[in-house]
Amino acid sequence: MNEVENLSFEEAFKELEDTVHRLEGGGLTLDESIALFERGMRLAGHCGQKLDEAELKVSQLVPSDEGNYKTIPFEEEDTL
Amino acid sequence: MSKATHYFSVSQITSYIKELFEIDFVLQDLWIEGEVSNYSRSAAGHVYFTLKDEAASIRCVMWRSLAERQTYLPSNGDSIVAHGRISIYEVQGTYQLYVDALQPAGLGILYLQFEALKKRLEAEGLFAPERKRPLPPFPRCLGVVTSPTGAAIRDILHVLGRRYPLVEVILSPALVQGDKAPLQIVAAIEALNQHTDAEAIIVARGGGSLEELWAFNDERVARAIYSSRLPVISGVGHETDFTIADFVADVRAPTPSAAAEIAVPDQGELRGTLHLRRNRLVALMGRQITERRRALEPQARALNRLSPQAKIASHRQRIDELTRAASASLAHQLALQREQLRGHLLRLQSLSPFATLDRGYSLTRQLRTGEIVRSVAQVAVGDRIETQVSDGKFESLIHETKTAGA
Repeated sequence: MNEVENLSFEEAFKELEDTVHRLEGGGLTLDESIALFERGMRLAGHCGQKLDEAELKVSQLVPSDEGNYKTIPFEEEDTL
Repeated sequence: MSKATHYFSVSQITSYIKELFEIDFVLQDLWIEGEVSNYSRSAAGHVYFTLKDEAASIRCVMWRSLAERQTYLPSNGDSIVAHGRISIYEVQGTYQLYVDALQPAGLGILYLQFEALKKRLEAEGLFAPERKRPLPPFPRCLGVVTSPTGAAIRDILHVLGRRYPLVEVILSPALVQGDKAPLQIVAAIEALNQHTDAEAIIVARGGGSLEELWAFNDERVARAIYSSRLPVISGVGHETDFTIADFVADVRAPTPSAAAEIAVPDQGELRGTLHLRRNRLVALMGRQITERRRALEPQARALNRLSPQAKIASHRQRIDELTRAASASLAHQLALQREQLRGHLLRLQSLSPFATLDRGYSLTRQLRTGEIVRSVAQVAVGDRIETQVSDGKFESLIHETKTAGA
């Protein structure tokens, strides 16, 4: 299993759903349950943190040489 | 009278004229604009009317099967545009327009072209519901095809930033109106497909007139959307505008902002879900522990009965009582001894020489040595002595000594 800190939001969110599902399914030893519970709580915390820290990144695709493209930062023009 | 070179029956010449009409491809595929009069519908369901303008008129017929497919049928006085072919009605020796589509004239020719292209692409399967692809639920990267200076990109970035700032946005700029727009839009879609990690594409333009939105009714744009490897969300114009691009797109959004909303999940909802999942985890864990504790209870009770704990507890209580008694008796002893000590102190005080001073006696010391003078022999003339009385001291100089009895 990957370290929670290294997971993308999507990965962590999906794993959280799986974790809840597995705990709901039952048939686990107490140790397994506790391990899942702890990981689930860390996953939920990680997802929340990702949302808190996120800042929209915007770039613009421009043609470079011979049919290639590169991205440059996109600055919104204040046309108003 | 010259000799006729051509000799026909009525039927023959009528057939001949009809053939002339039918080999003319203008007459076989045309739009005619005019005002409706003499509108009637036969018992069989066919529609008959006359189209006229200031100077001329033409008979029109629309067969029942076609008329039934029309959402719009005209009334006398309507200005309409009718599509069809012109041919000869042999029985009456008249020509007429065989109508296969008609629309109110106000919609204009663009609308009719739109309808024709829509029909063609629909027949080709470009709008088929089964080819609509699902959108990624948590896209990491989104492509946006629109003008870098328009209102659409501002609206889209605003919505994406508010709802799901985790997403990375790549703008693939294109003109969104004018003759150059269709090819730029096509190139922008292809560039996102081939040169970026985008997982879905928003193709968008803010509101405008039918002419301004026209690039999104271009067949090349429609085919580029159809060929896109990445699913496409269209957001063109306002709620009421439908373009060909909307029909081909995997998801049609009514506006650019709405396209952005469809493209990403909402962080408010996600936070709500996270909260629910957290609560669920705690509840599930709590239930597990409760269940296990309940399972342990009978054993715990049995163990309790057999355990030395109870005995230890009773001993502990006994020890407690003894300790309390011991400490009480110790305190009593101490008080007694403190009382005795006070008695001793009082007695000592009464024996102190200082108490004697109070009664008028004094104490004399050699000033030099500090020794107490008990005998005349201890002092000599010229010695200094110090005498202590009850409230202080004074010094004296000896100028004579006498021994008792001498």
